[in-house]
Amino acid sequence: MSITTDSLPVAPRLAPALSVGWLGWVRANLFSSWLNSLVTIALAYFIVKYAIGFVDWAFVNAIWSVPNDAAGRPDTSSCRDNKGLGACWAVINEKHRFMLFGTYPYEQHWRPAVVCVLFVGLYIVSAMRRFWRMELALIWAAVLTVIAVLMWGGVLGMPYVPQERWGGLPITLILATFGLAFAFPLAILVALGRRSKLPAIKALCVLYVELIRGVPLISLLFMASVMFPLFLPEGMNIDKLLRAQIAIILFAGAYLAEVVRGGLQALSKGQYEAAEALGLSYWQKTGLIILPQALRLVIPPLVNTFIGFFKDTSLVLIIGIFDLLTAGKTAIIEPMWQGFAVEVYVTIGLIYFVFCFAMSQYSAKLESELNHGRRR
Amino acid sequence: MSAAETLHSSVQTNAPPAISLAGVNKWFGALHVLRDINLDIALGERVVVCGPSGSGKSTMIRCINRLEEHQQGKIVVDGIELSDDLKSLDAIRREVGMVFQSFNLFPHLTILENCTLAPIWVRKMPKKEAEALAMEYLERVRIPEQALKYPGQLSGGQQQRVAIARALCMKPKIMLFDEPTSALDPEMIKEVLDTMVMLAETGMTMICVTHEMGFARQVADRVVFMDRGEIVETGEPTALFENPQTERLQLFLSQILRGH
Amino acid sequence: MSDTAIDPRYGTKPPKRPLRLSWGDERVRGIVYQILVVGIVGSIAYWLFSNTMHNLEVRRIATGWGFLEREAGLPIAEFLIPYDPTDTYLRALQVGVLNTLKVAVIGIVLATILGTILGVLKLSKNWLVSRVVGAYIEIVRDLPLLLQLLFWYALLQGLPGPRQAIHPATGVFLSNRGLKLPFFEWEGPHNWALLLMLIGAVGTYFYRRAARAKQMADGQPRAIWPAATVMMLVVPLGAWYAMGAPFTPDIPALRGFNFQGGLTVSPEFFALLLGLTLYTAGFIAEIVRAGILSVSQGQWEAAEALGLPRGRVMNLVVLPQALRVIIPPMTSQFLNITKNSSLAVAIGYQDIVSIANTTLNQTGQAIEGIAIIMVVYLTISLSISLFMNWYNSKIALVER
Ligand SMILES: Nc1ncnc2c1ncn2[C@@H]1O[C@H](COP(=O)(O)OP(=O)(O)O)[C@@H](O)[C@H]1O
Ligand SMILES: [Mg+2]
Repeated sequence: MSITTDSLPVAPRLAPALSVGWLGWVRANLFSSWLNSLVTIALAYFIVKYAIGFVDWAFVNAIWSVPNDAAGRPDTSSCRDNKGLGACWAVINEKHRFMLFGTYPYEQHWRPAVVCVLFVGLYIVSAMRRFWRMELALIWAAVLTVIAVLMWGGVLGMPYVPQERWGGLPITLILATFGLAFAFPLAILVALGRRSKLPAIKALCVLYVELIRGVPLISLLFMASVMFPLFLPEGMNIDKLLRAQIAIILFAGAYLAEVVRGGLQALSKGQYEAAEALGLSYWQKTGLIILPQALRLVIPPLVNTFIGFFKDTSLVLIIGIFDLLTAGKTAIIEPMWQGFAVEVYVTIGLIYFVFCFAMSQYSAKLESELNHGRRR
Repeated sequence: MSAAETLHSSVQTNAPPAISLAGVNKWFGALHVLRDINLDIALGERVVVCGPSGSGKSTMIRCINRLEEHQQGKIVVDGIELSDDLKSLDAIRREVGMVFQSFNLFPHLTILENCTLAPIWVRKMPKKEAEALAMEYLERVRIPEQALKYPGQLSGGQQQRVAIARALCMKPKIMLFDEPTSALDPEMIKEVLDTMVMLAETGMTMICVTHEMGFARQVADRVVFMDRGEIVETGEPTALFENPQTERLQLFLSQILRGH
Repeated sequence: MSDTAIDPRYGTKPPKRPLRLSWGDERVRGIVYQILVVGIVGSIAYWLFSNTMHNLEVRRIATGWGFLEREAGLPIAEFLIPYDPTDTYLRALQVGVLNTLKVAVIGIVLATILGTILGVLKLSKNWLVSRVVGAYIEIVRDLPLLLQLLFWYALLQGLPGPRQAIHPATGVFLSNRGLKLPFFEWEGPHNWALLLMLIGAVGTYFYRRAARAKQMADGQPRAIWPAATVMMLVVPLGAWYAMGAPFTPDIPALRGFNFQGGLTVSPEFFALLLGLTLYTAGFIAEIVRAGILSVSQGQWEAAEALGLPRGRVMNLVVLPQALRVIIPPMTSQFLNITKNSSLAVAIGYQDIVSIANTTLNQTGQAIEGIAIIMVVYLTISLSISLFMNWYNSKIALVER
């Protein structure tokens, strides 16, 4: 059998011009049809127009600081004249310490500042897969203790600062993070309870989850602020922040429980059966086989739920707790600063956005990684 | 062999081709996936297309019913040239049935509804008539008893036979198969191949992308070997498999045989 | 059917194992655990309850619902049913519930429309469009709703007064008093026309069903729109015309320091609706996008290969599948809008939470006030959940 040398293969040719390369991309993604071109041009026009308008307002025409008047108070008349044309960042310049740390003693501001850094560090460490071990719980316990010590003080030469003086960003971070730290174990128990074969336990868990999820967070916060004092024996009192924290924990517990339950359900039946076949007891089976897998599965939705709480802590404004948003709103109560709410809300929004955006990008990345790992 | 011989006699060589591709080129971005494809297929002819993965087999047959658009050259199907004209597109989709590797049954519809959907909405057939037609084809692929179940309740082989029945319900003149058995477990491959052989016996014009050599030998009038976007060899199955003319085909055949 | 018919051999129940009174028996353990847990939870509940009772006694607060019959003396700016501060608390609370439902229902409709459009646009092949929509979704989802509400409210309050109102078209005024829109005087015949239109909508639904049935019989598809136009547009307009075609335009105009006439959207309602809609639309857009993506490319291709035109592919193949994925998370978004409307209290729109809160402060009936809020929301949540469970079980895919 003789084999002819291969007929020369048809050499690959360049695709018709305009369909590849930089031009091809532009054509395919921006100008693929008449309608598309029109939309692209119109949209680009509006983007440029509003971007210029925004830059003008936020930078070109903005006023960054204002002089003091005879009485030594800031004179905001220049800002008022500039209203609608440019932003008055002077309000931020003047009030940023108050917005960030509320009425915490001024010369002690380094303490809440360190607390914020510790929180961010805690988030970053928790985000690294290397630390996804039981020891992470210890790290959390340690950091949260240090945070409590820093905030209260009274030891190591730090003057005592009562809780009523706390405010601003640390409150937001405390409510969200302590909320998660305490709600998470609760959520695991409730999720396990909801899948339990014991009817009374299951019923209790279902009741708790459905009740909490059926009502708005506001109603729980109201409950915390007006009803909790009635619940406790006479003479015993807990402060407002703690009451709100309890409401947030109860609230978060119900939502997290549903997320965890999703993970428990996603595990294949084979895992449960294999664990049982090994002769493990219920708690061994759950602690050694089921939870480690289920919790890993639900980390992306957990992060998304956490973003939700992080935003929801702002609701404590309604019961008068001094979180970041309340501090911002309070900063502009003085008559001279009234009317500059937009600047303050934009700034506060930026802070929230940095936290939430980072977390949502992280969760999206993690999700695609986990999916990838599972597919392979 | 006798079955194959009777089958082969149905080819009408002097009629105009059912499908004709002339100088067809296609690119995905900068990737040249079809290179100067020339292929005429006569009415009643059965062609098996084989070649390594990524060689452009799927792309070629998907160009025939315009699931993909070609960028150069001319494709004529049943006397209609493929163009941007939507009318010609409708006409061609009616004449050409397609079976996919992953079945693509509609999971929210019963088997019967899967089969009657197009006859009712495209052929404007009364429901009763469409159902009678569907049952006829479901019997032909030997699963009439599953008619009221949902795709999720059927095995892979059964699903693929339903997919064949669904395509046949449009009474197409040409059937395209894109690796219909490669998503199936070995014990299910035979039931689908048997269905396809039976279809071949009715004189249907067929293009099958498949690596089932036994099927090719039994049914195909012609085998087309593709590699890197071009047609490298074509020929009668026995001749092609036993006496490959190019190194590329030799290599491919040795890989296939080793695989089995 | 066949599996419900019981074979007599299998009709009997399995023999019951007698309880072994030992710790080794799983059922004994189960019972002990349950008694323990219920006991602990029960005693905590009892402790809280007895504390509460004691505290109420000490503070001389009488529990009970008697206050509902008392005069509220509570001014409410917006109401759907007639209300006056001399009315009872009960009436005030009813007004509050209706205000909650009003903003929730309108918000749900608007957020669904906007969210669906955005979700589809996010999938656009136009890079710029999908990027812009993506940025919108990300921003809106990453900022607290309360902040957004306060922002919109501050923006609306920062608008010029009525005299310098923004005036983009005749009869449309946007000022710090809210949005004014032109309307017309609502008279008897308008009610009739509206009623006929609703009847026409129901009629169209049945007409469509009948047309579909006929098509199934003879294969010929029938156009629905002529009949729909007649039933929903021509007939109501004709009736209105026959009744004398009353139409007195009611265009807002500046009189002195404020506007007279027209339709008013208060700044509070406007800010709340705007905030809820824009925020929730961001979430709905993601749900819609995921729903459409969940239908594999193969489904489109198979349907197109059968010769179905694109519109039919969408209607008959893609949408029915996408909806299964979309509906459950969409429901929880609807519930979220309803629950989030309670943030109204922060910007002074008088919904049920705001009115119950005022009631609670005026009467001191804390427990009752909070119970009312919770019962209202639980009722809404439960009704939506029940409906959704029914709907989900109806459309669930049959799997092996
Ligand atoms: N939609 C697409 N976009 C970009 N490249 C594609 C697409 N479909 C196929 N290709 C590429 O085109 C080549 C031919 O693919 P295909 O026709 O599916 O090969 P075969 O069916 O022979 O395995 C492959 O390299 C594949 O990666
Ligand atoms: Mg292929």
